[in-house]
Amino acid sequence: MDLNPASAQSGQDSAAASEGAPVVAFRNVSIAFDGPPVLNDISFSIAPGETRILLGPAGVGKSVLLKLANGLLRPDEGSILLFGQEIAHMPEEQLFSLRTRTGMVFQEGALFDSLTVRDNVAYQLIQERVPDEEIDRRVHDALRFVELEETFDLYPASLSGGMRRRVAIARAFIQTPELLLYDSPTGGLDPVTSTTIIELIVKERDVHHTPSLLVTHRLQDAFMLCQHRFDAALGRMVPLPKGETDPGTTFLMLEEGRLIFDGSLHELVRSKNPFVQEFLE
Amino acid sequence: MALLTIDKTAKNLVLTVQEYSLFSYRAVMNLFRPPVYWQDFLMQADIIGVGSISIVLLSGFFTGCVLALQSAATLSAFGATAITGRFVSLSMIRELGPVLTGVMVSGRNASSMASELGSMVVTEQIDAMRALGVDPMRKLVTPRIYATISMLFFLTIVADAFGILGGSIVNTFMNHQNGPQYFSSAWEGLRYPDIVQGLVKPLFFGYLIASVGCFYGMRTSGGTEGVGRSTIQAVVFASVLIIFVDFILTQVLLSVLAAWT
Repeated sequence: MDLNPASAQSGQDSAAASEGAPVVAFRNVSIAFDGPPVLNDISFSIAPGETRILLGPAGVGKSVLLKLANGLLRPDEGSILLFGQEIAHMPEEQLFSLRTRTGMVFQEGALFDSLTVRDNVAYQLIQERVPDEEIDRRVHDALRFVELEETFDLYPASLSGGMRRRVAIARAFIQTPELLLYDSPTGGLDPVTSTTIIELIVKERDVHHTPSLLVTHRLQDAFMLCQHRFDAALGRMVPLPKGETDPGTTFLMLEEGRLIFDGSLHELVRSKNPFVQEFLE
Repeated sequence: MALLTIDKTAKNLVLTVQEYSLFSYRAVMNLFRPPVYWQDFLMQADIIGVGSISIVLLSGFFTGCVLALQSAATLSAFGATAITGRFVSLSMIRELGPVLTGVMVSGRNASSMASELGSMVVTEQIDAMRALGVDPMRKLVTPRIYATISMLFFLTIVADAFGILGGSIVNTFMNHQNGPQYFSSAWEGLRYPDIVQGLVKPLFFGYLIASVGCFYGMRTSGGTEGVGRSTIQAVVFASVLIIFVDFILTQVLLSVLAAWT
């Protein structure tokens, strides 16, 4: 549905009430960096098991919003609830433990280039002093999930862009997080590699049902996510019947720092908002 | 317009000093609250300490050589070439050893810290670390600060020793003076306050090198160009601060040690 700030607030309040406590809830969040607001009065929530796709052109504040969601940035105004806890003013020390319950995939992967793939994927486990045998087993499991087991001993520099994203996804998945945040996971990749990444995200969504927020400016990726499901028997992503979409996958759209759309794919394509229409064209 | 520029610059300066103070306070205090990353401390001690031995050793050695050469001409005018050893050892231990070692290590390690951390910032590795629930201050900054403080202490001793050795070689083989007399003069001229002064300074310089290097690294912005800018700022500020703090410390230590003796 197209939004104005008031309807956005009431819309997501009713959604939260009907679907239980949201995993993430933004309430009138604004942030600026030495200039006009990058995000202005943003309100939305992510319910358990829900996948939300945040659309918008480059530079509109999508990555900023994602970083606000797990406290990597602090809003100037408004409140952000993560797992029911207010994080807008939470001390950094407390945020560290809360962040271990989330998994984040950064735009370029953000792998630690001085560590092997094994140590990158196992970074959290190593900090928690998990025994080496268990680390190796879990890293193999995570790399098998992204079909990159052979990269176990390699360094990020020897991986392609797509492989790095997949390793980053394995790193985000390894602790079975309660929330996944994807920052343009297919940005700058060729169509085949993008499809591989989307398939992994669909697999994670349909196998583990982890709530997630995915940022992208690529409509084809967003539509593919919404119109496909993971077939466990076939071991691959298959299209949903024509006209059907994944009910748990919904859309948000930003324009110049404001949230202008919050709704399903059907609502998105029928939107009368000129910006949405232009974006879809 | 000019007033606005001055106003903005002054505010930026005050803000930077405030941020640096908070940054270094947090980094230092992290040692007293878990988790403490001892393995990272040892790794940094190896990189900073063992890795800097060659440059510190060579710069200390040749500084001692130059001191002996330069002093011989002046001292001979007063018939005092016998105290060349004392002159070299006092100069090295009280002043040149700590300052030169600090400047050399600053050039090597403040730059390396700023560029390494700066690269991590611009490639979002620092954010990734925070997102994984690890405090980059504890993991990256605190080990570097304590490793630099402890290693600079030992590197200064190495620089002092090789400076005195360099002086003795020049004194014996180029100035044709008595070798044992050089060492005897060096030994007799030394007092405990001189040694204390020479060994307190590297503790402060080590703190400055690492905290400035990490500070500029962690506040890097503007991509690869920003990394270069941070590296330059780190080396320049660390080197200038070493000289400035040396002046303050010398004054303070001279007063304190004079009262003590």
